[in-house]
Amino acid sequence: MAVAEAVDTSPEVMLTFYRRLYPFKSIFNWLNHEHAPTRLFTHREFAFTLQGDVYLRYQCFRTAEELKKQVCQLNPTRFEIGPVYSFRPKDKKTAPPGAFNPVQRELVFDIDMTDYDPVRTCCSGADICRRCWAFISAAVQVLHVSIREQFGYEHLLWVYSGRRGIHLWISDKEAMELTDDQRKALVSWMTVIQGSPESSKKLNVRLNNRSLPPSLQTALEHLATIFSELVLADQNVFESQQGFESLLQQIPDLNVVKALRETWSEDPSRSSEAKWADLKSQARAYAKGSTQRINLTSAMEDIILHHTYPRIDAEVSKHRNHLLKAPFCVHPKTGRVCVPVDPERIEEFDPEKVPTVNQLLKELDSVARSEGEIGEHHSDWERTSLKPYIDMLDKHALRLMEQVRRDKRGRDVSW
Amino acid sequence: MFKSNERKPFIDDKDLVQVTNHGALRYPHRLNFYDRPPLYDVTLEEFETCALDRLRILAEIESSAARNRSWEELKTVTNAQCLKYLPLHATSAKTVDRDAERRKDHLGHFVLRLAFCRSEDLRRRFVKAETTLFKIRYDGDDHVEREMFLSSRDFDWIPVDTAEKAEHRKELLASYQGSKIETVREQTFEAEKYYKVKWTRVPDLVEKRKVFLKRGWAYVPGKEQSSIVFAEFEANLTKALEATARALPRLDEDTRIVPILDNLSQGFLAGVPSEWIGSAEHATGDEIKAEMVDELAKKHFPLCMWTLHNSLRRDHHLKHFGRLNYGLFLKVLGLSIDEAIAFWRKSFDRMTDDKFNKEHKYNIRHSFGLEGKRANYAAKSCMQLLTSGPSEAGCPYRHYSPENLQTALLSAYSSRGLTSADLPEIMATVKAAHYHVACTRVFEMTHSTFGLKKGEGVGGGESVTHPNQYAAKSMEFYKAQQDNAEAMVVE
Ligand SMILES: [Zn+2]
Repeated sequence: MAVAEAVDTSPEVMLTFYRRLYPFKSIFNWLNHEHAPTRLFTHREFAFTLQGDVYLRYQCFRTAEELKKQVCQLNPTRFEIGPVYSFRPKDKKTAPPGAFNPVQRELVFDIDMTDYDPVRTCCSGADICRRCWAFISAAVQVLHVSIREQFGYEHLLWVYSGRRGIHLWISDKEAMELTDDQRKALVSWMTVIQGSPESSKKLNVRLNNRSLPPSLQTALEHLATIFSELVLADQNVFESQQGFESLLQQIPDLNVVKALRETWSEDPSRSSEAKWADLKSQARAYAKGSTQRINLTSAMEDIILHHTYPRIDAEVSKHRNHLLKAPFCVHPKTGRVCVPVDPERIEEFDPEKVPTVNQLLKELDSVARSEGEIGEHHSDWERTSLKPYIDMLDKHALRLMEQVRRDKRGRDVSW
Repeated sequence: MFKSNERKPFIDDKDLVQVTNHGALRYPHRLNFYDRPPLYDVTLEEFETCALDRLRILAEIESSAARNRSWEELKTVTNAQCLKYLPLHATSAKTVDRDAERRKDHLGHFVLRLAFCRSEDLRRRFVKAETTLFKIRYDGDDHVEREMFLSSRDFDWIPVDTAEKAEHRKELLASYQGSKIETVREQTFEAEKYYKVKWTRVPDLVEKRKVFLKRGWAYVPGKEQSSIVFAEFEANLTKALEATARALPRLDEDTRIVPILDNLSQGFLAGVPSEWIGSAEHATGDEIKAEMVDELAKKHFPLCMWTLHNSLRRDHHLKHFGRLNYGLFLKVLGLSIDEAIAFWRKSFDRMTDDKFNKEHKYNIRHSFGLEGKRANYAAKSCMQLLTSGPSEAGCPYRHYSPENLQTALLSAYSSRGLTSADLPEIMATVKAAHYHVACTRVFEMTHSTFGLKKGEGVGGGESVTHPNQYAAKSMEFYKAQQDNAEAMVVE
């Protein structure tokens, strides 16, 4: 990562950020689906991480103003959003035994770059660059289409996690009401690669006739292109001996493995593209429709999925009561704001161009100086590079609120 | 639910004559979704027996999960139990009073709803056990009759017409699970009917990618239809129980029903029916003499009664609850009043005749129904022992500390083949609070010499529900072996 100006996320900086820039009203609209406060907001859990890593759970608020007041008072390093409960989270202790339960919650997904360590060569661990962000962008494209086409959800908000990953929040009414079992089923449907970064394994997703499920077949068509551009050309994953050995491990045909290993060991500089072409010609050497050719083709499809299919953190999605960092929080290490991301333009998104809290405060200062004003502004953020991102959230919330209005009107008519 | 506004739902009405239908059945289907509550009068006795008989089956289904039975084993055990307590014949079984069977099934289900709607945990467990029972019956139902049942009810599934099936042919065929032989798979696919439901109604099919999904709709092939049916049964019952829970306070005015309901739900919590009815059918027929008890205790008693016998021998005395529980147990085991008096007189050998006659003889006669209210008291069931206080000579699996329990198990059963290697399994079950399962497992272990295997319980997969059942079953095994040995000598 390019060394930018020093990151300062001190309490003073954070407090100014919350007071002058954080879009509480937009967050309220997005969570609440209506203008007047509903249970979606008032019964919602917020959890604060305070300076010194003190964790404060089961906070709840009646209005956006109340939330802002408390945030400015506690000045957390970040805060998280949880489910809507059957009682106000504050009243957890006084609720009848067994009656305090999560009832609604956005369906959320978390994709983290560290899960891609086995398949990226440019960075590892916490690092991320424009090049490996392409893995995340491939995941976003596949998930965005799958969720909409297969599950029919419309209200998807993608949010950069501030460092090396991305979150998805789905706010459709039906998605909000999913039980844990249903969430688990949906996640299983979506999962192809499972396990820890060290030992990720591709599940056997093939149906009993050895073909891919239709949903994955569709994804594969798109991912094949990503695979050759990203995995072969850019990341050159199979160039090193370790790289091509792990490729060979995924080929079930021992004769092919033997032949390829000989060729590749003799010519260590062979590029990934050349190696993949070698594998292709091995497959083509078998007669069309032969078992060997079918098996080899299936293995190649599996390899493409293994390297490019979204790697989802299943635990985050499966439980209604999982807490997830709120959009527009500041990542304490990078100082970057967790901004919404347009999935249609995900390929243009550059995590290093995301505004940092320090940059935003500087922008505020220069605006104030040029206009000769002192003091706070109600819409300070409008004068900073945060504006397009807040506009994005506002537009998203507006669509959601329109939907709720439409649904309500529809119900009234049916009565 | 029980439309009790106009009239009491369950009234003792001996004059009520059941109309016998000669043609159409009042209950046309063997399977029941229990959409409608029973709106007829029943006697209090029928109310209770229907529920108890059903409870036995549900308790057995529940303990099957703890005992890790396979689906096939579970089906076999449950069907055997159903045949005994809650038979439900096909419509084609013309010689059977099918309406009576189905009425009992209907009524029992609704009585138990009342008993089990009262806490989240009870509701969850009841729904699980009932859904399993429904699945077992659905599985065993005649195909034609099942079709008739399914078409009798609106499952809110949208049939996919030929045009729509053709439109998604590629995807539907790809996700269609069938024969490994491609041409056969394709043939059965062509004949398959498809239904459309919201995907949330078939999460299990989605999880296994067994359906095609499009914009929130799951395309379910006919052969996976049962998934929709089961999910619907479960969802329906869950909702109904919550509604019943909210409506229940109105029922509390009927003071005759409330104690029955309490008793039923307690029994389910303990994993057993509230009474072990059937000591008579299990009696071995031979009279038991006072001097035989030592030997019997060693060979046939469950741990609770063994420990009572053991402390009686050690202390030459037993405290109140111990005397009561053990005395009733011995009575049901087959000790006559005279033998019982002899037994206790000998056991309290440090007591004067005068004290014995004054303080204990009366109580023994009383427990046989020969004094006082002249009630013939039943021996305590596992449920009663499980729910009694720790100082009341209850169930050792529940009340003993792990160390004491292990010591007691070894001293009671090492002569019957139990070793310390068996203890971890038993203790794990105890830790999971499945006390009757632990006791059942001990029975299996200590009767393995009779060929009893894991999972067979006290025989036929039945779990321990009563100390007398435990002892009687054990004595049956012993007697059967003796008879065999005798037959071999004689022939
Ligand atoms: Zn990188």
